Amino acid sequence: MDLSGLLVQLLNGLAGGATLFLVAAGLSLVFGVTRIVNFAHGSLYVLGLYVAYSSVEQLGGAIGFWPALLIAPLAVGLLGALIEIALLRRIYHAPELLQLLATFALVLVIRDAALWLWGAQDLLGPRAPGLAGAVSILGRRFPSYDLFLIAAGPLVLLALTLLLRRTRWGTLVRAATQDREMLSALGVQQAWLFTAVFALGALLAGLAGALQLPREPANLELDLPMVASAFVVVVVGGMGSLPGAFVAALLIAELKAVCIWLGVVQLGPFTVAFPKLTLVAEFLVMAVVLVWRPWGLLGRPDAVLRSAAEQPGLVQAGAWGRWAWWLLLALLAALPLWAGSQSYAVVLLTEIAIAALFAASLQAIVGPGGLHSFGHAAYFGLGAYAAALLVHAAHLPFVAALALAVLVGAVGALVYGWFCMRLSGIYLAMLTLAFAQITWAVAFQWDDFTGGSNGITGVWPPAWLGAGAGFYWLVLLLCAGAVHGLRRMLHAPFGWALRAARDSVQRAEAIGLPTRRVQWAAFTLAGAAAALAGALFAFSKGGAAPDVLSVSASVDALVMVLLGGVHALAGPVVGAAAFTWLHDSVARALPWWRAVLGGVVLLLILVFPQGISGVTQNLQALIATKNRAKEART
Amino acid sequence: MVAGAAHADSGRYLIGEINSYKAQPAFLEPYKKGMELAVEQVNAAGGIDGKKLVLITRDDNANPGDTVRAAEELITREKVDVLTGGFLSHLGLALTDFALQKKRFYLASEPLTDKIVWEQGNRYTFRLRPSTWMQVAMLVPEAAKLNKKRWALVYPNYEYGQSAVATFKQLLKAAQPDVQFVAEQATPLGKVDAGSVVQALADAKPDAIFNVLFATDLAKFVREGETRGLFEGRKVVGLLSGEPDYLDPLKAEAPVGWIVTGYPWYSIDTPEHKAFLDAYQQRFKDYPRNGSVVGYNAILSIAAGLKKAGSSDTEKLIAAFAGLQVDTPFGRITYRPQDHQSTMGAYVGTTALRDGKGVMVDFRYEDGAKFQPSDEEVKKLRPAAQ
Repeated sequence: MDLSGLLVQLLNGLAGGATLFLVAAGLSLVFGVTRIVNFAHGSLYVLGLYVAYSSVEQLGGAIGFWPALLIAPLAVGLLGALIEIALLRRIYHAPELLQLLATFALVLVIRDAALWLWGAQDLLGPRAPGLAGAVSILGRRFPSYDLFLIAAGPLVLLALTLLLRRTRWGTLVRAATQDREMLSALGVQQAWLFTAVFALGALLAGLAGALQLPREPANLELDLPMVASAFVVVVVGGMGSLPGAFVAALLIAELKAVCIWLGVVQLGPFTVAFPKLTLVAEFLVMAVVLVWRPWGLLGRPDAVLRSAAEQPGLVQAGAWGRWAWWLLLALLAALPLWAGSQSYAVVLLTEIAIAALFAASLQAIVGPGGLHSFGHAAYFGLGAYAAALLVHAAHLPFVAALALAVLVGAVGALVYGWFCMRLSGIYLAMLTLAFAQITWAVAFQWDDFTGGSNGITGVWPPAWLGAGAGFYWLVLLLCAGAVHGLRRMLHAPFGWALRAARDSVQRAEAIGLPTRRVQWAAFTLAGAAAALAGALFAFSKGGAAPDVLSVSASVDALVMVLLGGVHALAGPVVGAAAFTWLHDSVARALPWWRAVLGGVVLLLILVFPQGISGVTQNLQALIATKNRAKEART
Repeated sequence: MVAGAAHADSGRYLIGEINSYKAQPAFLEPYKKGMELAVEQVNAAGGIDGKKLVLITRDDNANPGDTVRAAEELITREKVDVLTGGFLSHLGLALTDFALQKKRFYLASEPLTDKIVWEQGNRYTFRLRPSTWMQVAMLVPEAAKLNKKRWALVYPNYEYGQSAVATFKQLLKAAQPDVQFVAEQATPLGKVDAGSVVQALADAKPDAIFNVLFATDLAKFVREGETRGLFEGRKVVGLLSGEPDYLDPLKAEAPVGWIVTGYPWYSIDTPEHKAFLDAYQQRFKDYPRNGSVVGYNAILSIAAGLKKAGSSDTEKLIAAFAGLQVDTPFGRITYRPQDHQSTMGAYVGTTALRDGKGVMVDFRYEDGAKFQPSDEEVKKLRPAAQ
């Protein structure tokens, strides 16, 4: 652990940071102009790696390694253009979370397509000719290819800066970043500008992937981790700031390199394994930066954006609607009597009920609250772990464990919420994600307490509930009750205050509403509801494992909410039912279920941009209009 | 419902299998082929007392929640007779616990965690593959023979890597008391920062390295290590690194001279393996991977267990599996009554390059029966199963 070692580690960090920057730069550009948070950006990176592998294998002999390598970014750029024209162009006016869902569906489709095209085995490309060896730096061998990567980062930054500053196209892109409406009012053909920017972003992701070819085998698991890292870089650097992304990428990569350099260190009585920190280093950085400088290192405080769309109000269910809910509940409660208490329908409905509560708790803050959370699984997971630990380690009885787990989730949301509620929009979303990831890492690495990667098993409902349909009825009762409670909250004056804070902070504060405290309280209540869902989940699955806290658990909840419709109160229930059922039946019936699921989601978005339950609302509105028209005539 | 009714009438045994097919396709596609081959062979030979085997597979989406749901679906809807499968340790443990809760027979085919047969071992769960502990124990005598003092350790940061390293440290220290562990790198699974890790290991100036990385991480580690000269003048002992599933993607860059566990399918010349190899290659026009043998042996074990039990009744199956002997491509294995672990072993040898591909040479088959803690210790290690 000497100084020359550290210097070479810092060089390693530079090489790693370069790749991260290329991916993040594309993401940042696309977000700046189209305002779409492109989940599929990591998939484009993976495609770059795969296409580079194939083209170098097939054509490397004929046209040489480098020309073959460069086919990949061009191909991915072209694909990006196609995606923009075929899909994104149709959803620019949709709510931003729906755009997110669309790009997430793309991730699923692209991953299965890559599996189908390239197969399951990892594909390790050849070394780069001329850069295959190493040079001697401070008595160590350093790969010459890494030197090339270190140079590539700043070169791309320079090229992009020149493109944006010195060309007319760049001026238009910057203008679109600042003020889309004004740009279109000035008669600029926006459609092609957006296509070009998206293609350029895709090209950069493809380039980053292709340049990884000599360093890393192409494999299917790279997409979501890469896009998560790239998000972090973009947010830490400041949304839309390329130099910011550059600085952030280097900062994070260097921090990881230093962690690895430190190795296992004895600090007084504690043994600290710094390499293990690489698992969360970027999220720790993001949490610190967002708390200290909410707009990122080189970003600017967000200019107030013109509100994209009129935010809808909430319609309370009418008498018929209420009767329908009661009827549904009665049917569900009676189900075990004719399907049998040990039937799969009961198992699936238990899962759907829990998912519906989880989704409803998220919808309450995302829809009427306008608080976009990417890390709602944190509270679900806290509830699950608390319940499992209270039963497993503290030997508390079931009911006490359940009640305390809800409290733990609420306290977690109270603490995290204090930091998160000072932010809004994408920054809020990313800080919630950071807290969820940090919680995940704690659960994953604290072996003695949480069981580490294995989690905790052996946590089942007590015998008096386990036999027969008792547990199902309890889940149904608690979930329906909690969802109803959330509904009541949203229709109470507290809910109106929440919506007021969403629609206009200034006006809400002008009439004396403590907006931040209202949002904080809603966030905490939602956390408690999510924790109840998590605790029930733990009992239904016999334990808790880190997966309950993972990004994909948060994403699943978001997908359910969006699928059902963000602003419809029935949304989360419908969305959770549709998603869980689709997931279950499609996965069983088809080997390519991920692609099918993605395709179904895309179709739903294009056909029903308001979510599934939005359709019924639209129908109701249509009927109401017709009735009114009829009344007017008579 | 249909499956359940058919099963009652026509006399079939339904095997429900759950695995992370989408998350771990590189290992599990050959694994599935191995299972299919075994099912076809058993049925071609007339089934089990006239009853055909039917295999139903489910994807667990690599998370415990879906694993448990798939298991419930297989039991309640498909009405399967036995459960098997599992790849990732925590999913194997979820199924182990599920088997206990629902009082169903479960054969853990692949998951390596020691906890399946020790801490969380229960009477309903048996396990086929040699555990992490067993495979490390096979390598330790070889490591001790090198007589190197300074060891560096690199492993994926989750249960499998952690327990492999803990076992290695403990057993090597016992075999060679003057050994030192000079560096330890726990890397995020699938995301190793290979350049930095390789350099940190080199800077610790070890005499030898114990490597537990596999799959993508292994490829990155080997390439960086070779570029940076990490392996020159150093011995490397690698767990699983000799498995074709992980060695083949490296092609001509496969490491040379590593002491590894693995599966040298190309040079095993026992008649039982040859029969398996021929059948597999003929059926799939592809060579078997380690996963293929695991899948194949899992079905053979279940078939043998069903035959011995004469029924799919859980209690009878448990009784049949205790001491059950199965003839596999690796020779005869036994399911030990004391901890429900099979004696399936692994091949230990040295890596080399042949025709631009990594292979294992100077290998021998290590019978799993030789690498087990004493019965006294096993008893202490299995509190839950008492």
